[in-house]
Amino acid sequence: MIPELGFFALILALSLAIIQSVLPLIGAQTGNARFMAVARPAARAQFLFVVLAYACLVTSFLLNDFSVRNVATNSFSQLPAVYRFTASWGSHEGSMLLWTLILAFWTMAVSVLSRRLPEDMAARVIGIMGLISVGFLSFSIFTSNPFERLLPVPMDGRDLNPLLQDPGMVLHPPMLYMGYVGFSVAFAFAIAALLSGKLDAAWARWSRPWTTVAWGFLTAGIALGSWWAYVELGWGGWWFWDPTENASFMPWLAGTALIHSLAVTEKRGVFKAWTVLLAITAFSLSLLGTFLVRSGVLSSVHAFATDPSRGAFILGFLAVVVGGSLLLFALRAPAMASGTRFSAFSRESLLLMNNVVLVSALGSVLLGTLYPLFLDALGMGKISVGAPYFNAVFVPLMVPALFLMAVGPLTRWKGASLPEMVVRLRIAFVVAIVAAVAVPLAAGEFKPWVSVSVGLAVWIAYGVALGFRERLKHGGSLRSLPRGFWGMQLAHLSMAIGIVGMAMVSGYEDQRNVKMAVGDTAQLAGYTFTFKGVEVIEGPNYRAARGHLTVHPESGSDFALSAEKRIYNAGGMPMTEAGIDYGVFRDIYVAMGEEIEPQVWTVQLFYKPFIDWLWFAAGMMALGGFLAASDRRYRVALKAKDAA
Amino acid sequence: MKPRHKKLLAITVGVAVLGIVVALVLNAFSSNLVFFFSPTEVVQGKAPKDRAFRIGGLVEMGSVQRSADGMTLRFKVTDTAESIAVTYQGVLPDLFKEGKGAVAEGRMGADGLFTASTVLAKHDENYMPPEAASAIEQAQKAKATLKE
Repeated sequence: MIPELGFFALILALSLAIIQSVLPLIGAQTGNARFMAVARPAARAQFLFVVLAYACLVTSFLLNDFSVRNVATNSFSQLPAVYRFTASWGSHEGSMLLWTLILAFWTMAVSVLSRRLPEDMAARVIGIMGLISVGFLSFSIFTSNPFERLLPVPMDGRDLNPLLQDPGMVLHPPMLYMGYVGFSVAFAFAIAALLSGKLDAAWARWSRPWTTVAWGFLTAGIALGSWWAYVELGWGGWWFWDPTENASFMPWLAGTALIHSLAVTEKRGVFKAWTVLLAITAFSLSLLGTFLVRSGVLSSVHAFATDPSRGAFILGFLAVVVGGSLLLFALRAPAMASGTRFSAFSRESLLLMNNVVLVSALGSVLLGTLYPLFLDALGMGKISVGAPYFNAVFVPLMVPALFLMAVGPLTRWKGASLPEMVVRLRIAFVVAIVAAVAVPLAAGEFKPWVSVSVGLAVWIAYGVALGFRERLKHGGSLRSLPRGFWGMQLAHLSMAIGIVGMAMVSGYEDQRNVKMAVGDTAQLAGYTFTFKGVEVIEGPNYRAARGHLTVHPESGSDFALSAEKRIYNAGGMPMTEAGIDYGVFRDIYVAMGEEIEPQVWTVQLFYKPFIDWLWFAAGMMALGGFLAASDRRYRVALKAKDAA
Repeated sequence: MKPRHKKLLAITVGVAVLGIVVALVLNAFSSNLVFFFSPTEVVQGKAPKDRAFRIGGLVEMGSVQRSADGMTLRFKVTDTAESIAVTYQGVLPDLFKEGKGAVAEGRMGADGLFTASTVLAKHDENYMPPEAASAIEQAQKAKATLKE
């Protein structure tokens, strides 16, 4: 009964989404206020019914209703309750419904927080988000019904993929989707502005906080995914340039370009067409990312073709969204003249360079991700693009961007003096060079990329400090600085921290695979590992061999680590559960390999310097985004309208 | 400078930067493509001698041997028609098993032994790496046509 109720709620939500999109869009075009007024209540009602549908799905999972196919293939009676809850988005069908739920949530948020918008703008934005809802709800209802029943009813489920039974996976998909779907707001604003023909600074100002919040969520989501891979895949890596990772990284690059370009459009009224194009790109890449990961096309182009209705729907939907918005853009872009000029050295020109670099990087990732798929789809052979390609292209591209990151915020709009900038930054330059030489030497071995990265990190950090000093030169306190400024500086500083993490771990990480019997010791990076043996333990839905080691550092006290090799009861699937000792300057990471003889195991030992700086930086970056979006001036506009 | 000259300069600089980026990308791209070959194709000599490539298929039953120190492995990858001997140093992925699909990336030695730098087996026990699946499919097709 509950699954049918859920499906019925989905159908009602679809009907409401159609009303939410058609009436307000017509109303905005014809100036019919009554039609436009439908937007908000329809969006809120749609949200309620999608929540109801999702609640039904979660209930089916929690009650172990294996007559529902989705539950039977992705859950298990012994699965702990928290993972039964997260299993609701573990499958293709469930994740599509989660997408729809989050889209309905963002639409609801727009309907509540859009009081300061002109009525026709709000109606258009909500209407366009309604159109996207129509697409996703139809996709769920007609091709990916998460409530489909199964006959005969199996005795038990096939369990959630053990890789997904991890705390990192509890938060990663919702965070990532908050980011992906959040870009739909920026997209809806851009399309609404194109439709109305009013692309002005006000439009950019409305769009900015939404875009920045979405970007913050996406940043956090990607970082959680990376952390999950580090903890769960058992080989100590944190970024693999895997297509699934690239799928989330591409919208992030477009989004990062977009938040910078929006700043220029808001402050100076230039780059309008470009900003609109970026908003369309960021959302299109979010859609592409969702479908790449969720349609199975990555594991096999042909798996995608085995269910032609899904494939056709996805390609059709992408074509409509991308094609339709680009067509509209082509029709309206010529009318968008940007009046003001700026000189070759100004904040505008530096932000333009930021955008050029980010978009080039995006293009190179897109090429490396999609090219193998195209070749395979055309039957021209199977290839893979290795991580060396991405590193060879991406890393050098980032160098100029990071160099300019310190300069941009210190440069005046419209036009600035280059010699004056050289004077302001000369000490920063010297300090950065000294750090670039000293830090790698202090670490024991000079590595060129570590040197460049550390130099850039110090350069950026110095730039941030200089930014604060110059803002406070004429008095005032740290608390009086606007949150937009704080957010930007936090995000930039987090980049410096992140680069140090990436450079140090890539440059100085160490690893050994050893065969260990009880009492054996092994050395790695000044740490002595002693193998204490293995015990068998029973988990809720698995059996595990848990290996115990003690680690003796050169200085400081010994500590114990334990790592597991699990066999899951439902599918017999083996899983490695790494043992990690986290530290500010290094992680010690242990993973069990195989039992070669009784009580003799292969063990992987890793030394990971500075790796936690990466995730700290990502968290700080997301926080910077949220802080910037909460800046007073976005709310002042709201109050002014209330008073009027 | 006149505005017209400025614009020209900006465009020239833009094109030059773009050119450098494209050259960088394409160069890195072509030298980092990893092609896939089935064991049959490798036996037919289609695989490159001087660069890394991938092979895939099933891990032949009873073929996995471990060296005395426990860290070097030898096994055979088969597409049911031909098989290739592979040597690999390191820890195997959780889902590596005799009789299951696997993909190995590495180089072919002059002695016909494939030295793998990475061995992949995928995230799910029911799921075969796509390259491995297609290698087996091709070999089966070839057999079928021979019989006719």
